[in-house]
Amino acid sequence: MSKDIRIRRGLDIPLEGQADRVLAPVAASETYVVKPTDFHGLTPKLTVREGDEVKAGSILFYDKYNEKVKFTSPVSGEVVEIIRGAKRKVLGVKILADKEINYETFEVGNASSMNRDQIIDMMCQSGLWPLLKRRPYNVIANPEDQPRDIFISSFDSAPLAQDNDFLVHGQEEDFQAGLDILGKLTEGKVHLTLDGNTNSSSVFSNAKGVEIHKIQGPHPAGNVGVQIHHIAPINKGEVIWTIRPQDILILGRFFKTGKFDLSKIIAIAGSEIEKPRYSKVIPGAQISTILADNLKSEKARIISGNVLTGEKVSLDGNLGFYADMVTAIPEGDHQEFMGWLAPGFKDYSTSRAYMSWLSPKKSYKLDTNLHGEERAYVITGEYEKVFPFDIYPVQLVKAIMIGDVEDLENLGIYEVSEEDFALCEFVCTSKINVQEVVREGLDMVRKEFS
Amino acid sequence: MKLVRNLLDSIKPHFEEGGKLEKLFPVYDAFETFAFVPDHTTHSGAHIRDKIDMKRTMITVVMAMIPALIFGMWNVGYQHYLALGMESDLWTNLGFGALKVLPMVVVSYAVGLGVEFLFASIRKHQVNEGYLVSGMLIPLCMPVDVPLWMVGVATVFAVVIGKEVFGGTGMNILNPALTARAFLFFAYPTKMSGDQVWVNTSTQEGQTVVDGFSGATALGDLANTGSTQYSLSEMFFGTIPGSIGETSALAILIGAAVLLFTGIGSWRVMLSVFAGGAVMAAIFNAVAPYATSPEQIEFMSTGILEQLCLGGFLFGAVFMATDPVSAAQTNKGKFWYGFLIGFFAIMIRVFNPAYPEGMMLAILLMNVFAPLIDHYVVQANVKRRLKRVKA
Repeated sequence: MSKDIRIRRGLDIPLEGQADRVLAPVAASETYVVKPTDFHGLTPKLTVREGDEVKAGSILFYDKYNEKVKFTSPVSGEVVEIIRGAKRKVLGVKILADKEINYETFEVGNASSMNRDQIIDMMCQSGLWPLLKRRPYNVIANPEDQPRDIFISSFDSAPLAQDNDFLVHGQEEDFQAGLDILGKLTEGKVHLTLDGNTNSSSVFSNAKGVEIHKIQGPHPAGNVGVQIHHIAPINKGEVIWTIRPQDILILGRFFKTGKFDLSKIIAIAGSEIEKPRYSKVIPGAQISTILADNLKSEKARIISGNVLTGEKVSLDGNLGFYADMVTAIPEGDHQEFMGWLAPGFKDYSTSRAYMSWLSPKKSYKLDTNLHGEERAYVITGEYEKVFPFDIYPVQLVKAIMIGDVEDLENLGIYEVSEEDFALCEFVCTSKINVQEVVREGLDMVRKEFS
Repeated sequence: MKLVRNLLDSIKPHFEEGGKLEKLFPVYDAFETFAFVPDHTTHSGAHIRDKIDMKRTMITVVMAMIPALIFGMWNVGYQHYLALGMESDLWTNLGFGALKVLPMVVVSYAVGLGVEFLFASIRKHQVNEGYLVSGMLIPLCMPVDVPLWMVGVATVFAVVIGKEVFGGTGMNILNPALTARAFLFFAYPTKMSGDQVWVNTSTQEGQTVVDGFSGATALGDLANTGSTQYSLSEMFFGTIPGSIGETSALAILIGAAVLLFTGIGSWRVMLSVFAGGAVMAAIFNAVAPYATSPEQIEFMSTGILEQLCLGGFLFGAVFMATDPVSAAQTNKGKFWYGFLIGFFAIMIRVFNPAYPEGMMLAILLMNVFAPLIDHYVVQANVKRRLKRVKA
């Protein structure tokens, strides 16, 4: 049985620089960095030292509090640097890549005859496990948990986001193989949600062994949290696992070949990109190689991920583990004389307080300026317009600020993750960093119950 | 522009840490961000942000009040010359009114922002823009003959007791502008009510007030005699005595249109205030025959439209009830909040023996109850979630 869902609250921000559906080659990166900071809440325990030789799939570090969960190298080569920050916190493991990648061999045998424990062991050992995340909290899944269901969103509705239909084109077999593996991980259902605004790729619509849903409406319709909320909301004590389409391909491929091959296609988009398009890369690759000769200005804000939830990176930075795209937009570090008083014919705003409603443009070139200073909450009702949950967003955020865990539970903290508040943050008149607050709230509850 | 930037840059060191005027940094910051939208950029989370900010929001509300302000100034002059039985044209009316009203606006802003700056410096936080709106609301909701010092005192009271003691903008329970008005109303009732305060009747040599002049407002007439000399169209266009900004329904509705179109004012609150007022007026119409005195019967049978156009009802509905901080914050709560304001405003207006206006008291009352309304709305959501677990 499938359900058609329609959400009305949300917002599609029309940005310039949508990636063309063209797959352009980029040079392989010389070095790769695996960043423990990509995995929220992780305390890494290193197993390699500078100078060690690793293969693709060799363990670099593991989770101190859950030793089963291992993190492996995406490429083969030499560990050249352990990047550390304050208090010797490990920020990254840098690997000088070989020209030709050598893979660790994993004995996958016949995946269809493996049982749940064997699959989990194999995924943990190979470093594939972190692809699975859990709700509540939006952190890496715990292999000990029994998830109620697994949810997959087949599309990303964020501004400029990659087009998953394009990415999975022609890979029915790997995708189905991945889904079959997932089916063994839960006693519940595997839910796959398609974009109701377009005709989804047959890779998604013909998937077997899953429950298919359709969701229609503006961003954040593609957020898996929104979909869970509308299909089968999370109650206290329940655990849901989530995984993204390209990661399912990786999973499917792994159990076919036994090779830890993380390579995936990412979108390179944004108004500061010369030629917005797609490229095949391996997570951890250097941003400078990904964007080689394709950046309009060195001063641009480069984001590993999308403009609403991504991480700010520099040119010598690296692609994040979960990133499906790299975005470049102009920095907004300029002052605007009487900007709050100007008519603002060209300024994008969801309110009509600026005159841009007179001449709406198809797409806007937004920069990173905050357009104001942070203030206490004054305006009400604006989050609700872009937050398609049966949850009171401002009340939840305020409860987090106060630190009342019981209230958080009552107000629905289990059902949300920070990305669901990204649009709230975008529209906020008071310029409050809502995602940061929500993350804090999730951590607070997680700590309370662990 | 460059000049302003250079000036600001040259004095900035004095206000920064270690400077002589370090304590006044919030004041400097207020002026700097007033002149320039700062170059602050996002560092995490959403890398792009909506252009809207608090300054823009507040200035939009101030803009929305301009029609009411200008009409109010004209009407002050118009009523004045009418009382003296003198001919006057548009500009004389406006000029006379401006001389009366603008000083009140200046006092309100100067005193209010002064207190805000003081608190911001002591508390070391930025100056909030909320007062831009309150500063305009305070003079607009006062009778023209209120002495300037009273405007100043009321402003101090409103900002300190109405806002700062609760933690500043965003934390206040009561609408600050109405707090100012209520303060004067209870402290100096003779200057805020009655028949003497609504029209300026100061005379110069050779001028006299015309025979039979009554300075009473339409509402005052209705409450005392059950009838008024003013017609519905006069009430709508606003050529009647009253507080400076409240008389013209037309000017206020223009402001309402601006607020609603820009999405800054809550349509839920406005709509439900009107609904609440209309319902109460209709109830009064229905039960009027059972009232005891003839005046009461007349007053209670005042038509719904008249009730909504009279007194401060519209002004309160559009500019006061919609204050997002003191209103209910949930969408459902806003309907209840607004409805009850309208409902009580008309009820108090008709039944209050001392003073025939209920908007101020109704809004203040519901300001106090707004958190309770929100509480029940949110609890309903919480219960729904708990029920899901059991199901």
